[in-house]
Amino acid sequence: MSTTADALHLKGHEAHEAEHHEDHKPSFFVRWFMSTNHKDIGTLYLVFAIFAGTLGGAISGIMRWELMEPGIQVLNHAWPIGAGTANFDEWTHHWNVLITAHALIMIFFTIMPAMMGGFGNWFVPLMIGAPDMAFPRMNNISFWLLVPAFMLLLGSTFVSGGTGLGAGTGWTLYAPLSTSGSSGPAVDMVIFSMHLAGASSILGAINFITTIFNMRAPGMTLHKMPLFVWSVLVTAFLLLLSLPVLAGAITMLLTDRNFGTAFFDASGGGNVVLYQHLFWFFGHPEVYIMIIPGFGMISQVVATFSRKPVFGYLGMAYAMVAIGVIGFVVWAHHMFTTGMSVDEKMYFTAATMIIAVPTGVKIFSWIATMWGGSITFETPMLFAIGFIFLFTIGGVTGVVLANGGVDTYMQDTYYVVAHFHYVLSLGAIFAIFAGFYYWFPKMSGRMYNELLGKLHFFIMFVGVNVIFFPMHFLGLDGMPRRIPDYTPAFAHWNYVATVGYMITIVGVAIFFINLFWSLAAGKKAPNNPWGEGATTLEWTLSSPPPFHQFSTLPRID
Amino acid sequence: MKRIGWAIALAAAWLTPAAAQAPASTPAATTAAQPTTPPPAGFAQDANKPDTATAAPAQEPVAASIPTVAPTPGVGEPDGRMMLQDQVTPIGREAAFFHDYWLLPLCAAISALVLILLLVALVRFRRGANPVPSRNSHNTTIEVIWTLVPVLILVAIAIPSIRLLRHTYSPPPADLTVKVTGHQWYWSYEYPDNGVSFDSYMLKEKNDPTRQANQRFRTPVDGPPLLAVDQRVVIPQGKVVKFIVTADDVIHSFAVPAFWIKQDANPGQLHEAWVKVDRPGVYFGQCSELCGARHGFMPIAVEVVPAAEFATWVASKGGHMGGAPPAAAAVATAAPAPANANVANQ
Repeated sequence: MSTTADALHLKGHEAHEAEHHEDHKPSFFVRWFMSTNHKDIGTLYLVFAIFAGTLGGAISGIMRWELMEPGIQVLNHAWPIGAGTANFDEWTHHWNVLITAHALIMIFFTIMPAMMGGFGNWFVPLMIGAPDMAFPRMNNISFWLLVPAFMLLLGSTFVSGGTGLGAGTGWTLYAPLSTSGSSGPAVDMVIFSMHLAGASSILGAINFITTIFNMRAPGMTLHKMPLFVWSVLVTAFLLLLSLPVLAGAITMLLTDRNFGTAFFDASGGGNVVLYQHLFWFFGHPEVYIMIIPGFGMISQVVATFSRKPVFGYLGMAYAMVAIGVIGFVVWAHHMFTTGMSVDEKMYFTAATMIIAVPTGVKIFSWIATMWGGSITFETPMLFAIGFIFLFTIGGVTGVVLANGGVDTYMQDTYYVVAHFHYVLSLGAIFAIFAGFYYWFPKMSGRMYNELLGKLHFFIMFVGVNVIFFPMHFLGLDGMPRRIPDYTPAFAHWNYVATVGYMITIVGVAIFFINLFWSLAAGKKAPNNPWGEGATTLEWTLSSPPPFHQFSTLPRID
Repeated sequence: MKRIGWAIALAAAWLTPAAAQAPASTPAATTAAQPTTPPPAGFAQDANKPDTATAAPAQEPVAASIPTVAPTPGVGEPDGRMMLQDQVTPIGREAAFFHDYWLLPLCAAISALVLILLLVALVRFRRGANPVPSRNSHNTTIEVIWTLVPVLILVAIAIPSIRLLRHTYSPPPADLTVKVTGHQWYWSYEYPDNGVSFDSYMLKEKNDPTRQANQRFRTPVDGPPLLAVDQRVVIPQGKVVKFIVTADDVIHSFAVPAFWIKQDANPGQLHEAWVKVDRPGVYFGQCSELCGARHGFMPIAVEVVPAAEFATWVASKGGHMGGAPPAAAAVATAAPAPANANVANQ
């Protein structure tokens, strides 16, 4: 094969040679381990995200199992490590390891790789009419940095983290619990893991920004880009500006832990709250990093299945820009109980609430896109509709939490847990499922099973609401986050939430059955399975697209 | 941040003696009644020392930790409801009113509006009902409306919200200062003007295998499991109490939902939270910042008692009332009437 291609190559650039070259795939190892092809790297990211998401979801299953009834009944058994230990502190330390791992896996190794790495890599070049990403080799490094990052995170659970094995600091790694409060190498490994994952995302962000600014097809102006590309562009800027701050903050943690500095140690003149300011200066943009690509995907899906262009395109694009900009100046609303002055609290209350305005614009524009449309209800559309409603619920509870005076009560209770799972677990994850079903025919060349897809949606929709809605009640009743055991008054709603988890895993199981069945035996997908509503460039290509596309750049008028 | 913490601490130091010195024209009846108030029966009983690690002053009666006030079910503790806990402080009532009668209805209304619009769109514009889609993708009027109306709603939220913050940060002069220190994993309390200090640990269940034989176990009068403590922090009813909150190892958070307070306990910093509780009773809270293995097992229990009983309690802990110097403290303890008067009538 390669000989033929080389021979053809020698003959020069003839039209039929270019056609042939488009689908020339390298050998397995070269293709998947040394990949410079944006679609293959996107696939690697998606496989990675599905694997990590399964692990993170399994961890939440252990947590829901433990919280099903008052008392410690799971942590004291063989899970996770240290079977048979009779040390109460080790059981509860394992709990803290579980919550830490669940958050870090879901944020850094599931949602971000799926949205930016997976769908971003796959569809940004296709949607802007580019042959590949701007820096294909850097793209490869971005992915392969995630693998050792993930291994460091998982490996940290096998080494000491103070009171037990693993890092039990919470994903926020607050000092001094993460410095003087956790001896042993586990926290250092988690910090290195974050460094690698952060470097991976920064390189990816540089790649996306360069690609989108320089590699658009002729005629594809910024104001003609599909909204998904806009969302990736905004997200890339958020990553580029926020992750270096995280890297700095956790490096300071590292030197505090190992080299005797005292950035966050009061006894050496440091300040424990400084860490929180640095962390949340990254952490708040991070929550938009997790949801803005979802906004983009939902826009594509809603427009496609309403068979209408997106309503208020410019408003939608600049709403995302506004959310990104304001997202950088609201970080301390995560810290309302740290002892801020009244002026700080008033500012962060007001600034935070302003974000509700562009978010509202997006919600109403999606509904207006449907209005007057000719809507069909394929699985991606169902997930998009679910997203819009559930994200609204998560949004209004966000406005409640934005009030500094009210957050005094809500901070660190299950109300907060309910809020961010509504915007992330039901928002970001639903957007990922919408995007996955939407683009599955394009990526795999095969149709998914519509009945199984719908079943997945309805079961999961019921399940996640049964998990997370009662958490509002628990929070209002005062149940703190991150506790492995609770007073019996909280038992009822915790039991309900665990039942919701059981419903949800049935839905997820159906997803996997659908995935493997469709990959093996799904119907062949046409170039555009969604009809006249699917207007972006990826639907002009074959399914799956050729290994190299757009050798001749498309022209957009 | 640290500067603010110190400012608060200085303010507290300035306010507290001032409040304590506030003299009073004493209604004789109140003071006369107080010396006759018998010490609660439980005080006389002996009990196991709650925890060997409890660093109690030597002169402190060991038995003083047996509670006399049983918590009221559903007040000051979770009861499985779907709403906020009942509030017993002015700030708590203002905030709960703001939440229950303004934020929550607005949230419900906005969610319902979005749901109804969605359902109408999905039914009216399904392919079967509307086979030819419109090409309409702009309408400046409606875009301006759905930008400005949310702004107005947010202003309507922000005004009471900012007012609540202003009220929270305008405490009246304090009548009593309690220093709260978070440790891994217990709380310690100090009454700097009364010479009282003690540690407060969670009470374990009778059948808990990790309970040592000499540790007192939880009984119903102590409170619910995982919330009951061996020594409650006691404060007087109707008085402005200032909690100065700090920690000595990692960050903890001092929270009592029924008082609407939650203040992170940061090592190296002093921060303040204040309450004025108008209903006697027992109120429970839990550490609200992840602080290591036993984060879920360092509850807070506050017992609010009438002012007179508070003086008795202070005396029973070997303390004195009203910021009196140590020399006077002995006198005050021996003859509690003046001391009581001081507290009861501030």
